[in-house]
Formats: sequence, structure tokens, C-alpha cells
Amino acid sequence: MSANTVAVEPPEQFKFTPANRKRAKALIAKYPAGRQASAVVPLLDLAQRQNGGWLPRAAIEYVAALLEMPVIRVWEVATFYTMLNLKPVGRHLVQLCTTTPCWLMGSDAILEACEKTLGIGLGQTTEDGAFTLVEVECLGACANGPMMQVNDDYYEDLDPKSTAAILEALRAGERPAPGSQAGRQASAPAPGPTTLTGLEGTAGES
Amino acid sequence: MLDDRDRIFTNLYGLEDWRLKAARRRGDWDGTGDIIAKGRDWIIQQVKDSGLRGRGGAGFPTGLKWSFMPKESDGRPHYLVINADESEPGTCKDRDIMRHDPHKLIEGSLLAGFAIAAHAGYIYIRGEFHAEAQHLQAAIDEAYGAGLIGKNACGSGWDFELYLHRGAGAYICGEETGLLESLEGKKGMPRLKPPFPATAGLYGCPTTVNNVETLAMAPAILRRGADWFAGLGRPDNTGTKIFCISGHVNHPCNVEEEMGIPLKRLIEKHAGGVRGGWNNLLAVIPGGASVPLIPKSICDTVLMDFDSLAEVKSGLGTAAVIVMDGSTDIIKAVARLSKFFMHESCGQCTPCREGTGWMWRVMERLAAGESEIEEIDMLQEVTTQVEGHCICALGDAAAWPVQGLIRHFRPEMERRILERRKSAEAQAA
Repeated sequence: MSANTVAVEPPEQFKFTPANRKRAKALIAKYPAGRQASAVVPLLDLAQRQNGGWLPRAAIEYVAALLEMPVIRVWEVATFYTMLNLKPVGRHLVQLCTTTPCWLMGSDAILEACEKTLGIGLGQTTEDGAFTLVEVECLGACANGPMMQVNDDYYEDLDPKSTAAILEALRAGERPAPGSQAGRQASAPAPGPTTLTGLEGTAGES
Repeated sequence: MLDDRDRIFTNLYGLEDWRLKAARRRGDWDGTGDIIAKGRDWIIQQVKDSGLRGRGGAGFPTGLKWSFMPKESDGRPHYLVINADESEPGTCKDRDIMRHDPHKLIEGSLLAGFAIAAHAGYIYIRGEFHAEAQHLQAAIDEAYGAGLIGKNACGSGWDFELYLHRGAGAYICGEETGLLESLEGKKGMPRLKPPFPATAGLYGCPTTVNNVETLAMAPAILRRGADWFAGLGRPDNTGTKIFCISGHVNHPCNVEEEMGIPLKRLIEKHAGGVRGGWNNLLAVIPGGASVPLIPKSICDTVLMDFDSLAEVKSGLGTAAVIVMDGSTDIIKAVARLSKFFMHESCGQCTPCREGTGWMWRVMERLAAGESEIEEIDMLQEVTTQVEGHCICALGDAAAWPVQGLIRHFRPEMERRILERRKSAEAQAA
């Protein structure tokens, strides 16, 4: 069973927690005096994290007031950027890259594995509110495709089996290790680097 | 093959630690104050002499770009903006610099900031790069703590503040004026030029926007000399470049190589060759989604640099090499790029907003063979109406892959239409 949105009553009121108010202040301080609007995306991101992954109207109006911006300007921003969610999402937002480099490497099969494991299709949320599955455009990890992002974490070099395992682990409340699921060192060739082999290493020290 | 000693990104794969101590051991922050002491003109001349061209896609000469900034401030502050909004499909190089070698970028930012008389720099990183932003912020904090940036950076007498700004998912913010709009807290809609950012950029002040890889190369050039860098590659196409090899190769990877390396050698030496052997190669997109594909016959001999790829009507772009073998549905592969550009069009200019969607819909029908042969000509015609008719290059970028497909794979497009027609007739009979 699935739903296109999570059934959540939008809050009437929104304000930052004391800790987030402090964070917001530090974010605004990055920009010159009078240019506080520059902090709108970072503040919306902060509000979204505080509110379980999405932005209700109250949060948008709160950020607008905080930055002394017309509410419509903040709406314009909130509707423009794909990472800002205007509808509730599951606790785990599964974003599958299907752009050409990942598609060439079999993102269709990864999508199938996601759908089968979660029992939902693209744009849908599991009934328990745990997962939302969406398709995204290139996430910039193309030498490690196919890949998906779950909340902040990149999972790379996926195959249907490792994809299902990641989702099952998340369902069980674990946080599987992000990065290559094929055991590769970052973007190095799988059998090992073809370069940087003749340099004196400083590995092991930090 | 490029010698390891001539490689700039010696921690590309994160085999060593990324923090300050290990970065210093790799040579970062060595004598940075002495470089600054040589003065602004010396730095800009060195970068000009090195032949460094922007690594973000357009390949504009970096030293020349820096020299466009006003020599003296008219009272407005100058800004350096670092484009870390890496989103061009196929491209994943800046990510590796930021997560494994962030101090190269920070040092390069200080040197560029000094060269253009900027006391502040903003790094605009794509929002999805969460782990990378954490490394970069930690490295910035380390640099402040060690007196390398901030007040009297590296004891040079120059004050330089560096801030990290996270985006929220929009390809168009990789376009430099779209980025500036976004950084000002607006939708990332590109600006009409002129005025160029060097005249009126961030907050209406003189601004230089550089790509991550470009800036991260600057310290090595200034330490080792313009001649060293210019001695690598070919004239006007000098130095090294990080290539991102994805798709149908045995071992997809990022690798730093000399500019002008033959495409075939690049793939065979570092990526384990094309899946099924070189003869199984169908086509390559050599510089990210925005550049036209090239078929195997061109891949056999082409060199990987700006001018060589322009000669074959493609481009080096970001050096994102997307490899497609004989099993690839080439029309579908390009149709997916059309969908990408439709999704990422900011909607400001009508030819792009309407044209990207139109091109995608026609491409989808062509992939299924559900169209008339004349529609290929119509598609070609429409791409030329989008190309060059918009404020920024996204419209061009959407048109070029389609044009490349028609240029090199028209027989396959026609074959699919005729086959579909034949099977429909057979069914009707």
C-alpha cells in the first residue's frame, strides 16, 4: 500500500528551536549587512530539517519574517529548488539518479529493486511513512554509477542486491555505510589506481 | 603518460588524509605568503603564461579573466565566487577535490582573491554534496585556525574571508550569473550580459567566478612556474585535467592526465578499456551532457583537449567522458539528456522553456520509432531555433546533443521509424 503524500497536519506555527536560532544567526552572518536574503536557502534547509524533511507554509512565512523578505520572494525560492520539499516526505527520502551515465550502468534495474523492496512506485511514500521514492537528475557521482541518495548519504556502485540490502537495513533502523557498495576506493578504478602509485604515501597518519 | 610527479591532485582518491597536516605534507600551503609577496601583476602574468583555461566547461583563459577585474576599487568591494555547483551529467571531479584535497581549493581561492583584490570569497557548493561540504567547512576552519586565511592571511598583510554556501538543487546555478542570483537569495535565473560579473557581479560589485578545479590548480602553477604547466599538453591546451570516465568501460574512474591525451589511450590505460573491447564502442560523449557525441570512427584518433574536440564539432566541456558500447540504445540515451535539460531549464526564456520539452517529446517518439522521417529535419530545425536565442547557454546545451545524434546516427533514427512502420503494416495485414 502506498500514498502520494504522507498524511501530516501542517503546523499552524513554526519557529526555530534555540539551537537552530543560533545556527541561523551564524548563517546570516556570512553575508554583508543588508544582504541577509542570501541566507534564504540555508535557512529554508535548516527549517526543513527541523520539520521532518519538508516546508510547511508557516516555516516559509517564518523565514521571510526573519530575513525581512516579502513572503512571495521566499515562495519563489522554495518552489525553484528541488531539494526543498513543499509536501511531507518519508523519513528516508530515496532519490534515485536515472540520468544517462547512471542509466547506462543499469539504473532501470535499481529502480525495479527499489519498487520491489519498498512496494511503492516513483513519487510515492510507504504507508508507514518510512520511505519516499523519487527520481532525480544527475547527482555528480557518475564514475560510481548507478547511485542513489538517501537523505544526506550517497550510495554508489549499486546493483539490485545491494540496493535491496540498503533499504532493508534502513527499514530495520540501521544506517548502512555510505559510499561504494562494491568496495571501491572512491572514484579509483576498481582493480586499484593506475596513477599515484609512485608517490611516497602519508597514509595512516593524520 | 603523465608522470606522477607532474600530477597536481595527489590525493584524488582519498588514499591519504584530507586534513591540513597531511595536505601540508603533500605540499599545500608551502610558501603561500611568498607568492603573494610577488604581487598581483606577477600572479596574473604567471597564470596567463601557464595557458590555464577554465576547467568548468567553457575553457576561458583564467589569467585573462582575472585581468578583467578593476585594478583599483571604486569603493565597491571585489568578490571571488567559487563555482562548486558540479551538476553537468557525467562530471564528478570537483567532488573528489573537495572531499579529498580541500586545502588545494582554499589556497587557490586565497591566491585568486589576492590577485583580483577581493577580501571575500564564497564557495557555492551544490546542496546534495553534504559530506563534501562538511570536509570543506572543516578545512576552512582549519585554515582560519592556522592563520592561512582570515586577517593577514599567511602573514601576507592581505585579509581574506572565505565562506561556504550550500545550494539546494538546481543545475542552472552552475551558470555563473544564475549562481550569483542564487547566492543573492533569489531563483537561479541567469542574467542578461553585459554587464559581465567583472563589472557588476555579486551584489552589483566586481566579481570573478571560477570553477573548483581551476582554482585548485593555481597554487601548483604559481609554485612550479608557468613554464612547467605550459610544457604539458599542447599549445593553447596546456596542463593537466581530471577526466571523469563513466558508462560502458570495464573500470569507470576519475583520473588526472595530460591535456591532449588520445581518447583511446585514456580509456584503455585507466578505465580498463571499453566493455567487450574497443571494437564494441558505439559512441562517446567526451565533455559532459552539453557536448555533442562522437562516433567510434572519431574516437579512434581524437585528442582530449579543447581545440581537438572543437575541430570534430564536439567539445572538452568538463572532460566528463561518457562511454557507450554497442548494446546502447543511442536514441534513448540522448532522449534522457533531453529530459534532463527540460527538467533543469529555469523557464526564463521561451525558446528554452518550451523547446527543451518539445525536443524531449519528439526524442521519446523517435526512440520508439513512432514518427515520420521528416520529423528528424523538423527536430534539427527547432534545435537551431533554441540555440543562440536564450539568455544563457542551457538552450545551446540542450540543442547540441540532439544535433550530434542527428549528425552521426541519422541512419539509425530512420531505420527505427521504417521498422516500426513495417511491423505496424504487417499487423494490419
